[in-house]
Amino acid sequence: MSYKGKAWKFGKNIDTDAIIPARYLNTSDPGELGKHCMEDADPQFVEKMSTGDIIVGGDNFGCGSSREHAPIAIKAAGISSVIAASFARIFYRNAINIGLPIFESAEAAKAIEEGDEIEIEPSKGIIRNLTKGETYNASPFPEFMQSIMSAGGLISYVKEQVEQRRN
Amino acid sequence: MGMTITEKILAAHVGRDRVRPGDIINAKVDVVLGNDVTAPVAIKEFEKLGAEGVFDKERIVLVPDHFTPNKDIKAAEQSKIVREFARKYGIVNYFEVGRMGIEHCLLPEAGLVLPGDLIIGADSHTCTYGAVGAFATGVGSTDMAAAMALGEAWFKVPETIKFIYKGKLNPWVTGKDLILYTIGDIGVSGALYKSMEFTGDVIKNLSMDARFTMANMAIEAGGKNGIFEPDEVCLEYVNRRAQRGFAIYSSDKNADYAQVIEYDVSNIEPQVAFPHLPENTRPISDVGEVKIDQAVIGSCTNGRIEDLRVAAEVLKGKTIHKNVRLIILPGTQEILLQAIREGLVEIFIRAGAAVSTPTCGPCLGGHMGILANGERAISTTNRNFVGRMGHPGSEVYLANPAVAAASAVRGRICSPEEVM
Repeated sequence: MSYKGKAWKFGKNIDTDAIIPARYLNTSDPGELGKHCMEDADPQFVEKMSTGDIIVGGDNFGCGSSREHAPIAIKAAGISSVIAASFARIFYRNAINIGLPIFESAEAAKAIEEGDEIEIEPSKGIIRNLTKGETYNASPFPEFMQSIMSAGGLISYVKEQVEQRRN
Repeated sequence: MGMTITEKILAAHVGRDRVRPGDIINAKVDVVLGNDVTAPVAIKEFEKLGAEGVFDKERIVLVPDHFTPNKDIKAAEQSKIVREFARKYGIVNYFEVGRMGIEHCLLPEAGLVLPGDLIIGADSHTCTYGAVGAFATGVGSTDMAAAMALGEAWFKVPETIKFIYKGKLNPWVTGKDLILYTIGDIGVSGALYKSMEFTGDVIKNLSMDARFTMANMAIEAGGKNGIFEPDEVCLEYVNRRAQRGFAIYSSDKNADYAQVIEYDVSNIEPQVAFPHLPENTRPISDVGEVKIDQAVIGSCTNGRIEDLRVAAEVLKGKTIHKNVRLIILPGTQEILLQAIREGLVEIFIRAGAAVSTPTCGPCLGGHMGILANGERAISTTNRNFVGRMGHPGSEVYLANPAVAAASAVRGRICSPEEVM
């Protein structure tokens, strides 16, 4: 399995208010949230992007609020994955918990330019820039987080535990 | 090698003698918190788990505070989901409009968060409770859902940065200025994934309200938690409120810190964070001419009685500038009552301010004071991101309550000294 799409570049400290402004938080419907993905960073983003595309951010991507609506909006808009130099910790947790693939790579975040064709092999943490013919490595996830991701998110993982406790 | 207070609390909640930074642990939680924005998502996920009930009806706290009193039909539907969940599962600590407060003002006041606790909340400012010597951190809705079922959550044990505040505080300098100065120094990712431990002689003499303000903004430096060792000031506060036992932890002298940062506070003036990041701080003497359209005093950062007292001290007998709207939001019903008893509300209203029931409201651009394109606000809240309080073309400047009050009088950002 791999993710392939066009890169959309954003700067550092992209906050969750830019990813999904609070004026849309009176709903938790993923379809509605997806329509406003990245709106305050780039008002035309949802119109310009295509399904499968990849967001590339700088340091501290997803800083600010704990709103899970942020990774939900990105996922629902059709973005396949997010690469950043580093992630804010609540966003990082939320993305893993809801199954939005994220990759931490300062190297990739720096080298990739807007519009580059990117292919990611998640199991190996390899990011390929097909436009430039370059390859970057993403930091590996700790084993525990890998097990959440391979279960399909935290809810599937916890569901198994709830069932075990019952038996 | 010794342990920090954060490491000790985490170790106690996994039943181990010690944990080390980097360890991934599955820890028991004492309190799980959610609000009207985050709990509906958590409830939807919780129902997928097939759990027979919540892990502890008394340890889940639900506070609809963001868009309440309900600002529109969609918000009303969100609150309804939370209310019905609370009824269905017999949640003891559900706080309805009229009896509620802004969650991070309310929980400490109600004695629901205590020293030594491990607290998670589906709200990034959950780190506020570090002021009572608890490990408290913000999580998302799915984490909240899992914790409501299991009473557990996973954590990576953070490294700790120790901050030492020394010297004598200047007039009008508060906890807000110390934390803004700190964020200005280390940056909005300066404490990413790390614990921030606040220590030093200055801290010992700081009120609980000021400590809540500091711990509240640890997240604005990227911190996982902000924490103070419980001392006499803290115990005086919690002993009056606690209805269950608690544990006091403190850092060992030989604890290992990722970094130790010392500040001489006698160099610190009241701080103002310019748009659009909390790290864009300047001392008040360096602000220049910044005209404002609105001033907001309140929020989980600065909506406590001490904040209202200092605002009233500045506003007493004065009139708000004709071009400014001043909105004051006491943090809880109890704080509002106290402000009425002390005559503060009368001072505010006579000065020309609007005084609101407790709500997060304008802080996140929800309701009760949204900014139009091109408008500028000074606010005692915690974030000044693009569009935070309304239109993406508006601007937010962060400051302490005295600076916000003085600026409301002058119509431009200024030092309280200018109007006293």
